[in-house]
Amino acid sequence: MSVVGNTALKFSEEQAMLLDVARQFCRDKSPIASVRAQLETETGFDAGLWAEMVSLGWAGIALPESVGGSGMGIATLVPVVEAMGRAMLGTPLISSALAAQLLLRAGSSEQAERLLPALAEGAPATIALLEDADWGSDSVALVLDEKGVLQGAKKYVPDAAVASLFVVSVLHRGELALAVVRADQLGEGALRSNTLIDQTKRSANVDFSGIAVAENNIITGPGAAAALRDVRLLGALLVAAEATGSAGACLDTIVEYLKTRKQFGKLIGSYQALKHPTVDILTETDSARSFLYHAATLVGDSALDTDAEIACRMAKAQACQTLLYAGDRAVQFHGGMGFTYDCDAQLYIRRAQWSQQQFGDAQHHRKRLAALLLD
Amino acid sequence: MSASEKELQEFRVEVAAWMKENNPADPGFLLPQTFMEVGDERQLEFLREWQHKVWAAGYLGMAWPKEYGGGGVDAAFQGVADQEMRRNGVPICFNVIGLGWAGPLINDIGTEQEKAKYLKGILTAEDVWCQGFSEPEHGSDLGSAQTRAVRDGDEYVLNGQKIWTTMGNFAKYMILLARTNPDAPRKYDGLSYFLSPMKVPGIETRPIRKITGEFGFTETFFTDARIPADCLMGEEGQGWKIAMQTLQYERGAEAGAAGGLAMVRVTVDDMIRQLEGVNRDGESVLKDPVVRDQLVQAVMEEKAMILGERRAHIGALTTDYPGSLPLSSKLRVSEMTRRMRQLAINLQGAEGALYVGDAEARQGGFWQRAYFNSFSATIGGGTSQVQANIVAEHILGLPK
Ligand SMILES: Cc1cc2nc3c(=O)[nH]c(=O)nc-3n(C[C@H](O)[C@H](O)[C@H](O)COP(=O)(O)OP(=O)(O)OC[C@H]3O[C@@H](n4cnc5c(N)ncnc54)[C@H](O)[C@@H]3O)c2cc1C
Repeated sequence: MSVVGNTALKFSEEQAMLLDVARQFCRDKSPIASVRAQLETETGFDAGLWAEMVSLGWAGIALPESVGGSGMGIATLVPVVEAMGRAMLGTPLISSALAAQLLLRAGSSEQAERLLPALAEGAPATIALLEDADWGSDSVALVLDEKGVLQGAKKYVPDAAVASLFVVSVLHRGELALAVVRADQLGEGALRSNTLIDQTKRSANVDFSGIAVAENNIITGPGAAAALRDVRLLGALLVAAEATGSAGACLDTIVEYLKTRKQFGKLIGSYQALKHPTVDILTETDSARSFLYHAATLVGDSALDTDAEIACRMAKAQACQTLLYAGDRAVQFHGGMGFTYDCDAQLYIRRAQWSQQQFGDAQHHRKRLAALLLD
Repeated sequence: MSASEKELQEFRVEVAAWMKENNPADPGFLLPQTFMEVGDERQLEFLREWQHKVWAAGYLGMAWPKEYGGGGVDAAFQGVADQEMRRNGVPICFNVIGLGWAGPLINDIGTEQEKAKYLKGILTAEDVWCQGFSEPEHGSDLGSAQTRAVRDGDEYVLNGQKIWTTMGNFAKYMILLARTNPDAPRKYDGLSYFLSPMKVPGIETRPIRKITGEFGFTETFFTDARIPADCLMGEEGQGWKIAMQTLQYERGAEAGAAGGLAMVRVTVDDMIRQLEGVNRDGESVLKDPVVRDQLVQAVMEEKAMILGERRAHIGALTTDYPGSLPLSSKLRVSEMTRRMRQLAINLQGAEGALYVGDAEARQGGFWQRAYFNSFSATIGGGTSQVQANIVAEHILGLPK
């Protein structure tokens, strides 16, 4: 058996159509000026635009029809998120999709039927996992005590300020479990917003101490841990999709400038010191897209198998590494202009740093790939 | 008529069996892994015999016309045959310049006479072909080639020098780029393309020793060499256009090759496997965290190429910078190969310093030799730097 392993890559008509529609939508509705208009707002996105995305069915794309979704599976979300990444359109779509996946995969059918329809209708939700900066740690200190009361806090919770619902990883009777918390249960001052390097994104530290969780909002058993592991991989995949789109847009921005800016009487794009690294960005972005849709080919509604895990990790490692390089070079290749807030290169270099830190950076995933591939 | 899945599957079983049955035993001397490594008569005769055998069995030139020695069937069959050759680790079909570049060119734009005269000999390996493009002073800048061809009655008279002529000393024919009009306003328009015989008075080859210490290419001198005027392909002044078309086949961007295994494929699996028994800090090198990270990156590079080939066939996923995957493929594969082989040696510890000929060299020095030979692909057929220019200009639309 080859270490290269599974190399399946399929793209359905449905996905192709979605990619087309999503790109068109994002191009029309989220030009860079609109993205910039949201950089310093409280929520970071335009509620009207979110409503339009919801009406296109994107909030429920991956959810089963029984809860109001379209039942097309998580893979169909990949082209949508890639298109959003290309337009630098930050909304709670990724966080909401992951919260829904976690409930879908770990929860009972009663919980799914009760909690998911609102999400399919566009109520934002999120997952609260981290307690420190270490994506590699599985330990959870946030306790759900015998009385069903939470003690502790989470960090870097994406889109916490707009989430109607939090799916929180907790320690319950010594075991990993999940608790579902409604936004209206949060106490005064429970939320402290983070100031993020990527201004299209929002997150917060959230103190859940003192919140009582009803019995029917607790998910226990081995299914919780397994679903959590899968959702972290899906998170890596969706962030990879977004980063791949952003890398493509960053490349366009570089190419555009290299074709218009002149120095020493020549277009700067004729200088190989700029030209050849730009070709590297193209080929690395090509690889990122290949890994991305390979991974999308392998993930489904059931538990992720080893091939899917390998694919998600590779997609994340490749996409983030590519965007880091593209964003970095975008700044340099714009000269003094690149150092300004007005230059779009700043959006990409910031997005690159953010993406790298979500669901584990490239080294995190390669370390795990080594065990999967070499041992 | 296109082939059905079932036909192809049955055919695969047949070829696989034939390859297993006929895979020649180790001849006891180094066999070339690419056509650029044929250094002596022994290797040449061995490979000639093998290619002839593959052709006679019907597994080479399968999609070429029957009347010229081909099989006249769907190209998908050849694709299957090639895969089975690779899988079964048989020797290469070495006449690559004929099979892969000159042959498809003649098939596509040659006259009836040219097809009848040349194609079959390419397949049977009777006629070895070489390529006379590069000159000492003009390599990447091929359009400035200066070797002269002057029409004199029924003949052209050739004067000048080519270099890096792979198999120049073994070849019967050369695809030759020469200048017929030194006064053309555009340098490109003064070039013409010839299907030239090699064994004529005034054409001399001198083998050049390669980086590996072996032989494989030559300097080629033309001193008042006379060739028949009908060796001219197309018209005078079309040389550049035809040369560019040749490079399309050479770089794999254009179909039509006769097939056959052009080079031994070395994979990242081979690289990892060769590390068996190699230690670092007292335990298997495969346990070293830094090495592990390097290996994962090597695996990812190879996997990305394979996935890219798949994606290239999905229209909806290739709308950004169309053509980028096929056009960058030569650049990417050759650079990946070079890096991987360099890493392979690096991981051998002190043994990495041994070379072919040392009894203790790992796999007989396979990786050291393979690393050196990998530059044939990053330099030959257009250097990586020139390839990067091509991708930048043709795909990204950047200025020259
Ligand atoms: C193993 C092998 C087999 C070969 N077989 C044949 C054969 O059968 N027939 C044949 O005709 N030729 C053959 N070649 C020749 C090959 O095509 C040339 O070597 C190649 O095109 C480069 O030309 P050069 O050697 O003159 O290098 P140069 O063109 O002098 O290049 C020197 C360096 O400058 C760089 N460079 C040149 N121009 C540019 C530019 N515009 N931008 C950036 N960098 C640039 C190159 O990348 C290279 O690093 C073979 C070469 C090798 C290595």
